[in-house]
Amino acid sequence: MLGSRRDFLRAGAASIAASAVGARGSTPVSKVVVVGGGFGGATAAKYIGKWSAGSIGVTLIERGSAFVSCPLSNLVLGGSRQIADLTVPYEGLDKWGVRRITDEAQSVDPAARTVTLVGGATLPYDRLILSPGVDFIWSAVPSLNNATAQEKVLHAWKAGAQTVALRRQLEAMPDGGVFVIHVPMAPYRCPPAPYERACQVALYFSTQKKRSKVILLDANEEVQSERELFVAAWNGRYKGYVEYRPNSGLTDVDVATLTAKLDFDDVKADVLNVIPPQHAGAIARQLGMANANGRFCQVDFLTYESTVQRNIHVLGDAIQPASLMPRSGHMANQHAKVCAAAVVALLSGGEVNPLPVVANTCYSYLSDREVAHIVSVHRYDPATRTMSVVPGSGGLSPAANSEETAYAEAWAKNIWADMLG
Amino acid sequence: MPPLCFWRHDREYHHSSAWVATVNRLPIRTLAGFALLLAVGHAGAADKDLGREVAASCANCHGTDGRSRGAVPSLAGRDKGELVRQMREFRDGKRGSTIMQQLARGYTDSEIESAAAYFAAQKAQ
Repeated sequence: MLGSRRDFLRAGAASIAASAVGARGSTPVSKVVVVGGGFGGATAAKYIGKWSAGSIGVTLIERGSAFVSCPLSNLVLGGSRQIADLTVPYEGLDKWGVRRITDEAQSVDPAARTVTLVGGATLPYDRLILSPGVDFIWSAVPSLNNATAQEKVLHAWKAGAQTVALRRQLEAMPDGGVFVIHVPMAPYRCPPAPYERACQVALYFSTQKKRSKVILLDANEEVQSERELFVAAWNGRYKGYVEYRPNSGLTDVDVATLTAKLDFDDVKADVLNVIPPQHAGAIARQLGMANANGRFCQVDFLTYESTVQRNIHVLGDAIQPASLMPRSGHMANQHAKVCAAAVVALLSGGEVNPLPVVANTCYSYLSDREVAHIVSVHRYDPATRTMSVVPGSGGLSPAANSEETAYAEAWAKNIWADMLG
Repeated sequence: MPPLCFWRHDREYHHSSAWVATVNRLPIRTLAGFALLLAVGHAGAADKDLGREVAASCANCHGTDGRSRGAVPSLAGRDKGELVRQMREFRDGKRGSTIMQQLARGYTDSEIESAAAYFAAQKAQ
């Protein structure tokens, strides 16, 4: 109740701001279209509304009816959260003057500065912000390159129906079974998440199916994030439940027998969970913007404008980040605020911040009540025109602990509200 | 006299090549005046955009404009001096924390001052 009353008061303030602008010069002069309502796009839309006080018209294109958070979605597998707990409506953006369209961007005409939607509408823009997330490179796992196979071998790397379906497979698995997770070669979305997932599945086994185990097949040569913390959990609390196999590149799967085919070995599963390799969302690739190894989009870190297309910005997992900047929801939210400030400045004749600073914080759940964090701070370096870790900053929890769990929960509530509230 | 934008955007101006070029042309007495103005500019509230943007990087955990919905403390409406002191203590390892020591070492004095001023000016919950 308190929240809704506060929102009502804020909505009143937004209306007053909007009418003040209206009195000065009728409708907003500049138009920004944002594609994708995840951690990057929703945050950008909100903050452009907030910082321009209604003087820039912001439209958000998002195909989903509500936001579902990838962070915390491994807890749905572990059983301590429901998907509804991670689902946040988009209506909170209305008070910031964001116009929402439930649709999907089909194509962009950079010369005409228009976006055409699958539903048929064409929207003009002065600045376009793409936050399309990642698409899977299905050709890398040939037998999964069809819809039927993808319903049987799940990724659950985009939270929602896939997460719920993977939990059902886990529940239906007989005791004594093997849950196989395949981790693609880095870079992929959210470096610690495959290892957190192994912990959550092992947690379920340790209480419900004590003869079962997780086999974590990793294409990489070692655990990609918080290595010592995860290994300590697998050798301690989950001893006997998790088997970690590095250097396990996947060549294909056998869908009928749920077998992961590796370079020198086959691993048979009762539940097979393949996280495929990823690249920038299609809308960015169509525009030739995936100019980092043909997979991700290089951007100017002062504005997040593409280095290929003028007036088009890219946020989140679709970009080629600077060294040591992970692909995470937290980072996407931070990209979005640097971009929002820059776009407001560029469209209103202001100056772009020449030294942006961003931070990343990830809390990983090693059980239902123990977490560990990894944190880093990155500042723009004008000499190299990239983001560099601030020397001496950043670090990890010394061990998994329950002291930080309340902070992890607050992180989720606050970042969801920061993008959608 | 420095141009008016010097006051409003000393952050941008400070780092621009125009600033370097201007400084190189100035007599020493004027430079001393500049140094004073710079100090005032960084300590004062003139640089509201820097504060706003640094504060936005805190919002993921501390809530938009520092109004938290959970166990992470709210920063909105807190005393500026207290916020600056706490951040310096985190940075210098004098104040215990789980995560803030590691984060605080990533920010400069002027970023901490600007963000603290921004949070202090926000209405509390």
